[in-house]
Amino acid sequence: MAKLATATRNPALSGHSVGGHGVLLKVLAPASRMSLRARPAAVAALSKALGVSLPDKAKTSAAKGGRTVLWLGPDEWLVIDEAGGDPVADCASVKGLHSAVDVSHRNVAIAVTGPNAAATINAGCPQDLSLDAFPVGAASRTVLGKVEMVLLRTGEEAFRVECWRSFSDYVYGFLSEAARDG
Amino acid sequence: MLLIHCPYCDEERPELEFRNAGEAHIARSNNIAAESDEDFEKFFFIRSNPKGVIFERWRHIHGCARFFNAARDTITDRFLLTYKAGEPKPDLTKLAADAGPAAWANRPPDQLNEKPKAKRPTKGEA
Repeated sequence: MAKLATATRNPALSGHSVGGHGVLLKVLAPASRMSLRARPAAVAALSKALGVSLPDKAKTSAAKGGRTVLWLGPDEWLVIDEAGGDPVADCASVKGLHSAVDVSHRNVAIAVTGPNAAATINAGCPQDLSLDAFPVGAASRTVLGKVEMVLLRTGEEAFRVECWRSFSDYVYGFLSEAARDG
Repeated sequence: MLLIHCPYCDEERPELEFRNAGEAHIARSNNIAAESDEDFEKFFFIRSNPKGVIFERWRHIHGCARFFNAARDTITDRFLLTYKAGEPKPDLTKLAADAGPAAWANRPPDQLNEKPKAKRPTKGEA
């Protein structure tokens, strides 16, 4: 008799954390993520299905009940659900033309918090992260060192860095070095 | 580092987020199979490569991922203007006049080292 194999989830960098120098790095728990693309005609229906209205302005995000929607492009959003919901299933009933792809396992999230959080990220990200230019709730796809990341400001001194799983080692190492330099 | 204005993000972003995508305003023929070899060569291979203002496609690849068009001076590397894809090509004479000294290079090679006259000839005068 063949045995049923059950895969145990083994997230990249699970449970890692680095602190000191006014900044704390913490690898966040796995979450549901969805890459969403849609024309303006379908946006209202998708917002209703997801329970969060999709932001239509550059560099913004919207959050409600553990679900965050980040504006990535004029017709592109990243939905992060930390409450255990399934955003892809929620979108399934929407009739309007759209593309909803589950990318939960593609990304790894790292929380960067503390008074030196912005300086730590700026070690590899050339964007202006002052509160005027990048207020709380601002979100943007950008670069960190040699790789691409999605950056979300969750608080005045708190950021969420989303990077691809295979880049996570590099990103975590880069941020640890930067935190030490800070 | 250059700051490039993305017309979709409506903000100046660092050049590391962008990727050049070749010359702009090169229209593909609706009936490419009927093109003569000479026309196809022009469409496919021949680029203007000017010394001065060039119209290029750029992509905000590590940002909103959108293609847009830009007028850039190849000497100073200065971006004169960026605009959304599909919008008409802006007037080059006006852009060049605003661009300052670098646009002098749009003159014939034998006049390159002369100082330009106070007033550039406008359309119709030349």
